[in-house]
Amino acid sequence: MVGIVLISHSAGLAEEAVALAVGIAGEDAPIRPAGGTDDGDLGTSLTKLEEAVAEVDQGDGVVVIMDLGSAVLTARTFIEDRADVVLADAPFVEGAINALVTAGTGAALDEVVAAAEEARTIGKLC
Amino acid sequence: MDTAFFLRWIAVVTERVRADRDHLTDLDRAIGDADHGANLDRGFTAVEEALAAKPPETPADVLTTTGTTLIRKVGGASGPLYGTLFRTLGRSVGDVPEVSREELAEAFAQALAAVMKLGSAQEGDKTMIDALAPAVQEMRTSFDAAARAALDGARATTPLRARKGRASYLGDRSIGHQDPGATSMALMIDALRAA
Repeated sequence: MVGIVLISHSAGLAEEAVALAVGIAGEDAPIRPAGGTDDGDLGTSLTKLEEAVAEVDQGDGVVVIMDLGSAVLTARTFIEDRADVVLADAPFVEGAINALVTAGTGAALDEVVAAAEEARTIGKLC
Repeated sequence: MDTAFFLRWIAVVTERVRADRDHLTDLDRAIGDADHGANLDRGFTAVEEALAAKPPETPADVLTTTGTTLIRKVGGASGPLYGTLFRTLGRSVGDVPEVSREELAEAFAQALAAVMKLGSAQEGDKTMIDALAPAVQEMRTSFDAAARAALDGARATTPLRARKGRASYLGDRSIGHQDPGATSMALMIDALRAA
């Protein structure tokens, strides 16, 4: 199974986004939050991202979904030497749910990334 | 320039970041999220501890330890950006006991490219690149020229409209404020003169 990590400036937001995704998409694939700094403040932590990726990594690759700002920069720094971890350019909540549904079917890494990114193109009022 | 030079440089940066902490945070309060001075101070305090805990043996050691610590400890966007700058400098100067100004200038050119790529930023976006890019141009001439270019570049961000980060959400309201990242970048380049 492909694993999924949600990295956000807010620990609470990342945890609740994981809870929402699991509530809707189920727990067939692993997903973990990496929110806030090491001290629990607003910001992002490379250490938390590394730990979350290690927890969801089953050998089939990991998709990381970021909110904004330093989450993107921390994630980009992390993948410099990790070819098996891919960043999805996707909306945080909708991308997470799409990715988790797809990963739960046993889909490959590139399919899970594509599913997350497809969430960008789906309108809410049309 | 030997290991001691680079240790002095980082020490001067640490001292000035601490002294300018509130000023940097005030600049960031105007157009950002009011944490730039505090974040950098936390990061460089951790750098100071890391360099004291395991004294580096080469210039590259100093630069790489600084970069890796900033990436881990800053918590804001400036952590990965400055972390990448210092790590790229370290990788570029290589495992040698002394670095010439020409070699450091080349390392800074590579670091500029790495930071621009990481942040997807160009000159004129009202970011640290606006201080770093002109400094890199002048570094082969002298550290004095590089420092002047960086300080001028930082001041020249005031009339710009931000195109990256939180400040970009403000649109035209970002105009009229000097960019905090360009300001801290100029501080770091200027510190080379005092090292």
